[in-house]
Amino acid sequence: MIPRHQRILFIFLLVASLAMGAVLWLLRQHAHQRLLAGQDSAPTSAPAVAPAEQAILLMASDSDGSILTQLHSLPLSADAGARARAVLGKLLDLYAAPDAAHHVPGGASSVLQVFLLPAPEITGAVPAAGKTKIADSRNVVAVSRESRANPPAAPSQYAPQAGPLLAVVNLTGSFAANHPSGIETEMLTVLSICGTLRANLPRVTQVRFLVDGQQRATLAGHADLTRTYLTGDAVPSNEAHP
Amino acid sequence: MVLDAAHGGDDTGGRLANNQLEKSFTLALSVRLRSLLVARGIPVVTTRDSDAAVDPVKRAEIANRAQAQACLSLHASESGSGIYLFASSLAPAAPARFPAWKTAQAAAVMRSLKLAGVINSALLHAGMSVTLSRTSLPAMDSMTCPAVAVEIAPEQNHETAAGLDDKDYQARVAAALAAALLEWRTDAGRTEARP
Repeated sequence: MIPRHQRILFIFLLVASLAMGAVLWLLRQHAHQRLLAGQDSAPTSAPAVAPAEQAILLMASDSDGSILTQLHSLPLSADAGARARAVLGKLLDLYAAPDAAHHVPGGASSVLQVFLLPAPEITGAVPAAGKTKIADSRNVVAVSRESRANPPAAPSQYAPQAGPLLAVVNLTGSFAANHPSGIETEMLTVLSICGTLRANLPRVTQVRFLVDGQQRATLAGHADLTRTYLTGDAVPSNEAHP
Repeated sequence: MVLDAAHGGDDTGGRLANNQLEKSFTLALSVRLRSLLVARGIPVVTTRDSDAAVDPVKRAEIANRAQAQACLSLHASESGSGIYLFASSLAPAAPARFPAWKTAQAAAVMRSLKLAGVINSALLHAGMSVTLSRTSLPAMDSMTCPAVAVEIAPEQNHETAAGLDDKDYQARVAAALAAALLEWRTDAGRTEARP
């Protein structure tokens, strides 16, 4: 014979268990509803795609040591840092092509970052040098690097809003390791990078280089990467359209 | 004269035709050029005579200690064609009593450009194609002498084609450089003798 108080306790515990089971089932249903609502991945607004703009690339040629401008249509971000990385990526993509006039392996992934900082006033900076080609016939063909008027770059949320800029270009170690060795070929790469930055971001007046985030003595044994390069006279005035 | 054979030791420089290393090519050219200059009575100081690593600071120290009339930095590359002559891209500056180490060449840039012109004339006279340019090289920018970097690439013009392993091409380049340095020295002597 079960005592009365034990029967009452048993019934109470049974009812409590059923009630807790019901509450758990309701909570589970609510959680499931919330999960389903969060997984609604139907697009409700179009992604923001940067409009294609005309980017000016300064393309080097090993055959005659020239650097000429080319216009390419690229989707460019409004952010100046992303814009700089995009144009340099395109430049290095073109250099990585097997039939490039200035072949450098690596491509766009060789540019890790481009940082834009207020340009300090410096002494001993190296101007991006002019070049003179003297052919066998002793004709002199000067490739001028006069500054040209360019559309102003869009303001960046990261770059300073006014004044000249220092661009710090962080390249990959594999790019430097695979770059052809030679004063001329290394300087062509450095000058075309400086000129391309200047042509697309006119406020960039100085350029410094890092490799894998570290300062490196030379690009591939010759071009000095410890110095600040001035971009003021690195842009040719004559354009070669693609 | 100071002859600076680029690279050496672990720093092999570029890889040239037939697996030759740039450091070996520049050393061979330095030895050949030294012989030609000494035969003409021109004293020569070299930054290295063997396959030894010499850092840029040491090269500039050797050149500045020699107080040379001219300094040639010798390089080679498979890229491009003909001979490339580079003067420092530093802006010319007035001579200072204590010039900054990294920009010591600034006071000699104008004379370096003249030296490049003399070498250019000699190379053109020898029938080679020449490209004049300016660059920033750590060792050269610290030299106080008139300094020019010479980069030799394969000859590929409409008349002749010669690789870097062509002995005749090497000899012609060395002879033209020796002739240029002799002329430079003679001109410098005339300038000093002038009242």
